[in-house]
Amino acid sequence: MTAAPEHTPTMVRRTVSELIVPFTPLCMVIFLICAGYLAIGIPSSWMTLTLSGLAMGMMYFIMSTGLTLVFGLMDVINFGHGAFVSLGAFVGVTVLLQLGAFSESPVLWQNIAAVLLSICAAMAVCAAVGWGFERLIVRPVYGSHLNQILVTMGGLIVAEQLIIVFWGPEEIYFSRPEMLKGSTEILGATVEKFRVLVVSLGLAVFALMRWVLRRTKIGLIVRAGVEDREMVMALGYRLRLVFVGVFVAGSALAGFGGAVWGMYQEVITAHMGNQALILIFIVVIIGGLGSVEGCFIGALLVGLMQNYVAFLAPKFALLSNIGLMVAILMWRPMGMIPVVKAK
Amino acid sequence: MIRTLLSDDLPRSRALTVLLIGIVLCLALAPFLFPGVRTVDTAARICIFVVLVASYDLLIGYTGIVSFAHTMFFGLGAYGLAFGLIHIDRSYLAMGLGTLGGALAAAVVALLVGLFSLRVRAIFFAMITLAVASAVAVLFSQLSSITGGEDGLTFKLPRSLGPAFKFGTETLDGRLFGVRLNGKLLAYYLVFFCCVLLFLALLRFVNSPFGRVLNAIRENEFRAEAIGFPVIYYRVAASCMSAIAAAFAGALYAVWLRYVGPDTTLSMEIMLNVLLMVVIGGMGTLYGAIIGAAVFVLAQNYLQTFMESAASLVEGIPVMPNFLTADRWLLWLGLLFVISVYFFPKGVVGRLRRGKTVPH
Repeated sequence: MTAAPEHTPTMVRRTVSELIVPFTPLCMVIFLICAGYLAIGIPSSWMTLTLSGLAMGMMYFIMSTGLTLVFGLMDVINFGHGAFVSLGAFVGVTVLLQLGAFSESPVLWQNIAAVLLSICAAMAVCAAVGWGFERLIVRPVYGSHLNQILVTMGGLIVAEQLIIVFWGPEEIYFSRPEMLKGSTEILGATVEKFRVLVVSLGLAVFALMRWVLRRTKIGLIVRAGVEDREMVMALGYRLRLVFVGVFVAGSALAGFGGAVWGMYQEVITAHMGNQALILIFIVVIIGGLGSVEGCFIGALLVGLMQNYVAFLAPKFALLSNIGLMVAILMWRPMGMIPVVKAK
Repeated sequence: MIRTLLSDDLPRSRALTVLLIGIVLCLALAPFLFPGVRTVDTAARICIFVVLVASYDLLIGYTGIVSFAHTMFFGLGAYGLAFGLIHIDRSYLAMGLGTLGGALAAAVVALLVGLFSLRVRAIFFAMITLAVASAVAVLFSQLSSITGGEDGLTFKLPRSLGPAFKFGTETLDGRLFGVRLNGKLLAYYLVFFCCVLLFLALLRFVNSPFGRVLNAIRENEFRAEAIGFPVIYYRVAASCMSAIAAAFAGALYAVWLRYVGPDTTLSMEIMLNVLLMVVIGGMGTLYGAIIGAAVFVLAQNYLQTFMESAASLVEGIPVMPNFLTADRWLLWLGLLFVISVYFFPKGVVGRLRRGKTVPH
C-alpha cells in the first residue's frame, strides 16, 4: 500500500471565465437589449419595443416549450405543433366572445377572469386533441424521422383545413376585454396593458415549469428521460406514459400560447399556427433541442430581435431571426444550451 | 442504346414499363393528340413537375433528408430567367444567362444552408429549410421594386417562342396534322426536351458511384462515415445538385407561364404538392416522379370539379358542404398524404415492383 500524499487536497478555485460561461446565454439577452438601445437611440421607443419584445418572447416560449421537451424525451419531431397554436387561438377567442358580459364590463378582475377562462378552455381542447394526435398520427411512426416529418406535416395541413371547415375561411377580428385595451405610461414609455399581462403570464408559466421539472418526481423522470431514455426505462418507469403526458401538456401549452397570441393581435386566421411554427423552430434550434431553459432564452432573443428589427427595417424582421439562428449555430452547433445525451 | 440512356436503371416491372411509355408518349405528342389550350398546359405542367419532383426525390428518397426549401430553389430559377429577360433583352442568350444566374444563386444558397444545418443533425435541415424558405418568400413579396411583389413579373420571351410567330407557312400551309405551327408549339417542345434532358441527367447522377454513396448514407449514416465517406460533404453536394435541377425546372416553368410570382413559384402549397407527388409516385426511385407528377397534376385539374359536384349532393346537411367545397381540397390531399405515408410508403412504383428482387 502506498502512503497518502503529504499535502492536503487543495480546492482549485474556479476562474472568472468558468463562472461566467454558464451564464453566457443570459448575457446574450442583455447584450441584445443594449445593442437595441444603441441602434434605436430613442429611450422611450426603446423601452416600448423592449417590453413588447419580452412579451412576444414569453408567448414564443409558451408555444415552443412542448415541442422541445417532446423531442428531448422521445426523439420525435412534431411539425403538427403549429396546428395546436391555431386551434388554441380559435377556441380561446370563441370562448372569449361567449363571455361577452365579463369582457365588456369595466371591472379589471372580471376581464382577467374572462381571459383566463378562455385560456383554460383553449388548453383543455388542445390537450384532448393532442392526445388524439399522438395516438393517430405520431405513434405509428416512432423511430423514423423521415416519416415523422412527413406524417406530422400532413397532420398540420389536415388540422388547419379542419379549422377552416368549422370556423370558416375568413379572418376573425375581435377586441380585447375592456380594461386590457389601450396603454399606460411606465417610466415615460407607452406600454400596452395587455403586454404586461402577457409578460406576467409567461413568467408564471416559466416558474411553474421550472418548479415541476426541478422539484417534483415527475420532473425528475422527465429530465432523466431526456438524458438517457433506456436507463430510465430499465429502472422500471413507463416512459411511454410519461411521454404521452408531456405531449399532451405540450399541446395544451401551445394552445395557451395560441390563445394569448390571438388576443394580442386581435385577429386570428387558420394559418397563424403555420407562421408561428417557423418562429417556434427557430426558438428551439437556438435554445438547443430538449432544453427548457435554452428555449426560454431563445424565445426572448427571437422576440426582442423581431421587435427591434421590425422598428428599424420592417422588411427584414424574419430574415434577421434567421441571421440570429445562423450566428448562434456557428457559435454553438447544438444550440445555446445543448442537451448532452448519455449514449 | 436505351439502356445507356437510362443509365442502366430500367423500370424492372412490365406494368410500370407500359405505364411509363404511355405517359412519355402522351407527353411527347400532347399538342397533336390533345389539341387544346388547357390540355397542352396540363402536359407542360406535368413535364416540369416531373423534373422538380425528381430533383426533390434525389434529396428525400436517395439521401434521406427532408427539405422544405425546394420551391425556393424553383423560384430562384424562375426569377433568374425573368431578370435575365427583363434586364438584358428578349433573346435566347439572356434567357440562358438568367437561368444560369438563378441556378448559381440556388446552388450558393443550398450550400450555405446545408453547411450550417447539416453539420449537426439531419433533422435540423428540415426545420431550418422551412424557416429560410418562408423568410425568402416573404422577402420576395416585399421587395416589390425588384421582384414585383405579390403581383410578380411578366416578361417577353424571344419572339420565336410567342404565339404570333408562325413557321412552315409555305411548305406545310402552317399546319401539321391540323395543329397550327406557331411559337407556342415551339415553347412546348423546348420545355419537353429540356425536361427529358434534365431527367436523364438526374437518372445518370443517382446511378453513379456518387448516388450509391448517397444511398449508403440514407441506409446507415454511421456506417457510411465509418467506411470513410464524409457524410456532410455528400449530403451538402446532393442538396446543391438538387437545388440546381430545381432551379432549371423553375426557369422552364417561367418560360411556359411567361410570368413569375410568389404564388406560382415560391408558395408553401407547391412544396406540399411536390411532397405529395413524391410520396404517391414512390420515394427512392426517379420513375416515381413521372407517375406521381402525372397522377397528381391530372387529379388537381379534375378533383376540384368532382368535389364541386359532390358538394351539391350533400347540400341540405349542415357542415357537410364545408368539407366538400373545392376550396377544401387541401384537406383531402392532406388525408391522402398521411394515409399514403402509412400504407404505401413505397408509392405506386413500389407497388408495381413488389416481389421483384433488385439485381445488384
